[in-house]
Amino acid sequence: MAFIGSYLALVGFGPTGWGWLLLTAAAMTIGVSICGFLAGTVIGSVVTFMQLSRHMALRWLADCYTTVLRGVPDLLVIYLFYFGGSAFLGSIGGLFGYQGFIGMPAFLTGTLALGVVSAAYQAEVFRGAYKSVARGELEAASAVGMRPWHKFRRIVAPLVLRYAIPGLGNTWQLVLKESALISVTGLVELLRQSQIAAGSTRRPFEFYLSAVILYLVVTWFSSIVFRRMEARTTQGVRRAL
Amino acid sequence: MTDIGFMWDTFLTLLTGVPLTLELAVTSILAGSILALALSLLAVTGGATGRNIAGAYVFVFRGSPLLVQMFLIYYGLGQFRHGLQDLGLWWFFREPYWCAVLALTLNTAAYCSEIFRGGLRAVSSQEIEAARACGMSGVLLFRRIIVPIAIRHALPAYGNEIILMLKATALASVITIMEVTGLAGKLIADSFRAFEIFIVAGAIYLAINFIVTRMLLLVEFWLSPHMRMRLQS
Repeated sequence: MAFIGSYLALVGFGPTGWGWLLLTAAAMTIGVSICGFLAGTVIGSVVTFMQLSRHMALRWLADCYTTVLRGVPDLLVIYLFYFGGSAFLGSIGGLFGYQGFIGMPAFLTGTLALGVVSAAYQAEVFRGAYKSVARGELEAASAVGMRPWHKFRRIVAPLVLRYAIPGLGNTWQLVLKESALISVTGLVELLRQSQIAAGSTRRPFEFYLSAVILYLVVTWFSSIVFRRMEARTTQGVRRAL
Repeated sequence: MTDIGFMWDTFLTLLTGVPLTLELAVTSILAGSILALALSLLAVTGGATGRNIAGAYVFVFRGSPLLVQMFLIYYGLGQFRHGLQDLGLWWFFREPYWCAVLALTLNTAAYCSEIFRGGLRAVSSQEIEAARACGMSGVLLFRRIIVPIAIRHALPAYGNEIILMLKATALASVITIMEVTGLAGKLIADSFRAFEIFIVAGAIYLAINFIVTRMLLLVEFWLSPHMRMRLQS
């Protein structure tokens, strides 16, 4: 009981509590995850277009992209963007006569790394979804005279999105959990804030436990949102099972 | 052409981390699979209580980042040092290696138990009925009929999980374990040549993944002779 009392004082919202800081950090986690996920959607769509392209070189390039990014630890990708980005910025600074170290902004690093990694997963999700769009619907769209872009916007994109939502939900959960790795670049998201709090209070157990709980709340909530979206987009679809 | 020389040196350095990466992966996959088997059996045969317990375990370990779990075990449990010393467990939780193995094991057990559960569910009731009709029951039925069929169903997803675990061992580097990613991170921080080192480290991981996927395909081939027979006829 004493433990619970002191725990609540530690992570609560009182004068000595870390509650607000943890919640702000959780918001940062969600923010960087959303930015990374959206960046991944954009890159992933491009990769999907390449995968479905008629040119073999483009298909091969897209295959390489998804194989490499899904096969390499995400931590390495983060290191690449963080240190590689800093070196790149440094060389640009050198052009303008600045010799010092230019750190890569942590939020940008996070967004880029999460985007590039999740793009590989999202591309596979989109490709699978496109494959399950019935041929007949595409032919029907052409038959009523839709031009490619028109057909894409009215027929292909809505159908692909419908089939892709379960897979996108999984990818989102993945991005959310991966965002914890961004803490190594110093971005104060949930894990980093817990580290800071654990360091200054010497109570790591309580803070990492709180981080686990907050992550669980976010993943649980987003699974509900994605289930709702799935129900919404599959309205009027007959189910076999 | 100094780059090639640098990359070769990097390669030789990173190669020394490969045994540790493999060791982490193999230990935690083996231990995790045993735990996962117990969990999936609990979920399938344990009634409502068993299902709830297994479900809660899966929810907690799949819903939170592995890195946080690792920190909770390594740094968090360090807070209870005296209690652990009294229990005689401190030697285990003192070592970052064992903490990483424990976190990886608990994490993969959650994912694997879902895979095994799906595999067990995929055994059709007719096959079980047929086995019962032949007089098998209990452990014999389980060993001869259910497990082999379930393994066949679960193998592709299990293979994916093995690859994911290989990648996940990289997180152990954050708690000071110098496996491939740890060495790569150190090299990058020292030399700031992120791109070259990324290429070399990435190539090592891809090579390991490639070998593992080939081995899994081979296992799949061995386990499904009946499918091959059908193809040939």
